[in-house]
Amino acid sequence: MTDSDNTQSRQIDEMPETPVEHPFRQFVTMYMRNYAAVAGLLVFVVIVAAALLAPVILNVDPFEMVDVPLLPPGESGHLFGTDNLGRDMLVSIIYGARVTMAVGGAAAAITLIIGLSIGAMAGYYRGWVDEVLMRITEFFQVLPPLLLAMVLVALFSPTLETVAIAIGVVSWTGVARLARAEFMRLRELDFVKAARSIGGRDRRIIWLVILPNALPPLIVNAALTVGIAILFEAALSFLGLSDPNVMSWGKLIGDNRDYLLDAPWTVTIPGVAIFLTVLAMSLIGDGLNDAFNPKLRER
Amino acid sequence: MAERLLSVEGLRVEFKTRDGIAKVIDNLSISLDTGETLGIVGESGCGKSMTALSIMGLVPIPPGRIAGGRILLDGEDLLQANEQRMREVRGNEISMIFQEPMTSLNPVYSIGNQIAETARLHEGLSRADAMARALEMLQAVGIPAAEKRIHEYPHQMSGGMRQRVMIAMALACKPRVLIADEPTTALDVTVQAQIFDLLNDLKEKTGTAIIMITHDMGAIAEMAQRVVVMYAGRIIEQAGVTQILTDPRHPYTQGLIRCVPHLTRNPTVERPPLLEIPGVVPALSQLGSGCAFAPRCPYADAKCRAEMPPSRAVDSGHDVACWLTEREAAA
Amino acid sequence: MSDDDDILLDVAHLKVYFRLPRKNIFAKASRVHAVDDVSFQIKRGTTLGIVGESGSGKTTTAMAVMRLTPITSGAMRLGDTDLAALEGEDLRHARTRMQIIFQDPYSSLNPRVRAGAIVREPMDLMNIGDPADREGRVADLFRKVGLRPEQQALFPHQFSGGQRQRIGVARALATQPELVVCDEPVSALDVAIQAQILNLLRSLQDEFGLTYLFISHDLGVVQYMCDEIAVMYLGQIVEYADRISLFTEPLHPYTWALLSAVPSADPATRARADRIRLQGDPPSPIDLPPGCRFSSRCPFAEARCVQETPPLRSIRPGHAVACHLVSDDGVPPQRRS
Repeated sequence: MTDSDNTQSRQIDEMPETPVEHPFRQFVTMYMRNYAAVAGLLVFVVIVAAALLAPVILNVDPFEMVDVPLLPPGESGHLFGTDNLGRDMLVSIIYGARVTMAVGGAAAAITLIIGLSIGAMAGYYRGWVDEVLMRITEFFQVLPPLLLAMVLVALFSPTLETVAIAIGVVSWTGVARLARAEFMRLRELDFVKAARSIGGRDRRIIWLVILPNALPPLIVNAALTVGIAILFEAALSFLGLSDPNVMSWGKLIGDNRDYLLDAPWTVTIPGVAIFLTVLAMSLIGDGLNDAFNPKLRER
Repeated sequence: MAERLLSVEGLRVEFKTRDGIAKVIDNLSISLDTGETLGIVGESGCGKSMTALSIMGLVPIPPGRIAGGRILLDGEDLLQANEQRMREVRGNEISMIFQEPMTSLNPVYSIGNQIAETARLHEGLSRADAMARALEMLQAVGIPAAEKRIHEYPHQMSGGMRQRVMIAMALACKPRVLIADEPTTALDVTVQAQIFDLLNDLKEKTGTAIIMITHDMGAIAEMAQRVVVMYAGRIIEQAGVTQILTDPRHPYTQGLIRCVPHLTRNPTVERPPLLEIPGVVPALSQLGSGCAFAPRCPYADAKCRAEMPPSRAVDSGHDVACWLTEREAAA
Repeated sequence: MSDDDDILLDVAHLKVYFRLPRKNIFAKASRVHAVDDVSFQIKRGTTLGIVGESGSGKTTTAMAVMRLTPITSGAMRLGDTDLAALEGEDLRHARTRMQIIFQDPYSSLNPRVRAGAIVREPMDLMNIGDPADREGRVADLFRKVGLRPEQQALFPHQFSGGQRQRIGVARALATQPELVVCDEPVSALDVAIQAQILNLLRSLQDEFGLTYLFISHDLGVVQYMCDEIAVMYLGQIVEYADRISLFTEPLHPYTWALLSAVPSADPATRARADRIRLQGDPPSPIDLPPGCRFSSRCPFAEARCVQETPPLRSIRPGHAVACHLVSDDGVPPQRRS
């Protein structure tokens, strides 16, 4: 109703002369109000810190066989026990975090770049550009993603780069559709027309005028994509389609799956790690969504 | 004094906001007789829509709160009524039409169904009877080929037709009070004229009392017999429509009438600048102790800024809340 | 029209058609005749108003003049420049000479850019003036439109609707344009705020000698703002006259109906017996039949109105109408009988 307007109308002389609160600080305040999202962020920070600091805090090779295989957690000073080859699970988990986060992050970035470029072009130019790009998008959408990723990794060498690219290539379609919808909505708004009428070129309008306004839902989506990419990486590693020379959580599960009944921790611990990371990403996405949504800000 | 159909006495509505408590409606009293149209005028944020929602029992609680007053429909205090009774009242005895006819209709049901549903809900009519009532109502609001269009969906109709459907729906249970919240703002002027004629005709025929909420003095002139001017949640002037238009006493009412370029049939070459009301409506949570209009008023003095002016009669049926008229009376 | 030299904008036979998606592959493609053969001229320093209801094509005309919507055919000259023929960089440069003020002050400002940067942006993009002077010019523009220069650091959401519209006006003036298109500049504002913006637009016109193309559905506002007025109905101009003649002697039955439909605060106007009420809504502008487009709602329509499209013909100098029923000596159908 019209009465909701009165928060917007303010007496001229009461107008603050400088912004009371920078939009970014307002954003942080809003995010902090979502406790689950803060918890997710904490988990994420701990994992990233562990991944980054792994070589510093544990100057060991995760592939080194240090003890008897399949030791339960806590025995002989191995907090998480040992795996089927007698490697320390804690070290493997920490080193695995590096790979998992790197592949997850890189794949999400690739997803965002491909999806955003295609979606932005289709939504902004529309017409035949839209037709062509959307047919391509649909082509990728109907392919089974895991199978396509497996084929890509199998065709090329199973390095981390290939894995990240393969995951990116199979999961950008959602971002493209989202970006297209946002660009189509925003390009009709008057401030975009205004940007054209003051002589803005297409490139400027797409990247500097529309994109900043289209980013919020895309960033939320990117956070969720990191989670999905981590699951993908785990699935590929589990199937033995990842780089055999680096430790990852999926690889741990894959290597130890035969001992599931005798030494359940070997599979459960990396499983819980994946679960926590994906959950954290999803909570972060949720928190970002709240913080970006100006309607919730008023409460 | 005879019993009024609807009377609102000393209504207070507060909203909790980040900046504190906002008195959205402060000590509002209005009354309405059968067959009368009362106009409520003001800018957005003056509390006119909230008045309507209060009468309908639709104030969102929280953040809203009814802080005091009574709303009497035939002597029954609606503020004391329970939710079940209010459901009976809404749509049956008091109904409302809104500004935006597109979003007020459900897109997945045919218009006939939607009107019939109201009638079935409140009067327990059978399906066939309710559809017959719906057809009757569509004909009453002047929808051509009503027996065919009754099966159409909202998106198949134009804005004017949709607003007619809204009116048909609001009138389906023959309410005694119809609240029209800016019913023609979204419509073209030629269609607006048709809707005004329609509302006036229906009022003549059924005796339904109308509360017409608008910001347009012209619409008030066409529709209302009595006018209430609201500013920042309070009534600042109340009078018969001719008195308001020809002899507005409050500087805000004068401003509202004079700041709009009125269409005239004999324009002059000279076009003097329009009267401006400077500034904007203040945030309700930041009102001081004085007259809420004082910061924008060209005649405001220290007293205006310090003390809220009481409402007093300047003429029969003409009440104004302004220190200026007090001073004139004293002089 | 008089002296050709002082004509700033000359639009001739402008057509803007939109193609609708086919319902199925065998269906004929429908076209919306949004603007259909519209011609007008605006003298330098004056205001031409285009008035009409929804679907009349008034906003599309404005967008076509601004080259913000593709035109189907027609000629548009801004001074010596053929606007309709410009493309790419040439069009970009020509844009300094024409600017637009939008209807909705909430969607017309980029919410992520500070007010000062919004006003400065056109100067940076068009390379207007010395970059060192631009800061001063922005402050100057803020004062000119009634804002305080200190308010440059604020974001759009921190302003009220009227103030946001002032920012929009300042942005439009930043390139020192000759023509300013005002697309319903006050219809989204509160009544008490409208006067502030209308007065501002008129004083700026006096100060800078601006030429306005003023689009509105509000006849009162048009009467106050414009020197000449074109009334549009379903994509065509049905009446074109100077301000005084249009309102004192409206010729077209549609103009007449429009004037009588406006609710009036003046009891004398309301009591006039010659008010006419139209039935129904304006029809949709898709695949229009031949004949006068107003004939379906016109209380005076005859057989030939449905068959032949009436041309826009001049009845008196400066007063043209497109209606078969207006006699050559200027007696409209509503005045007869």
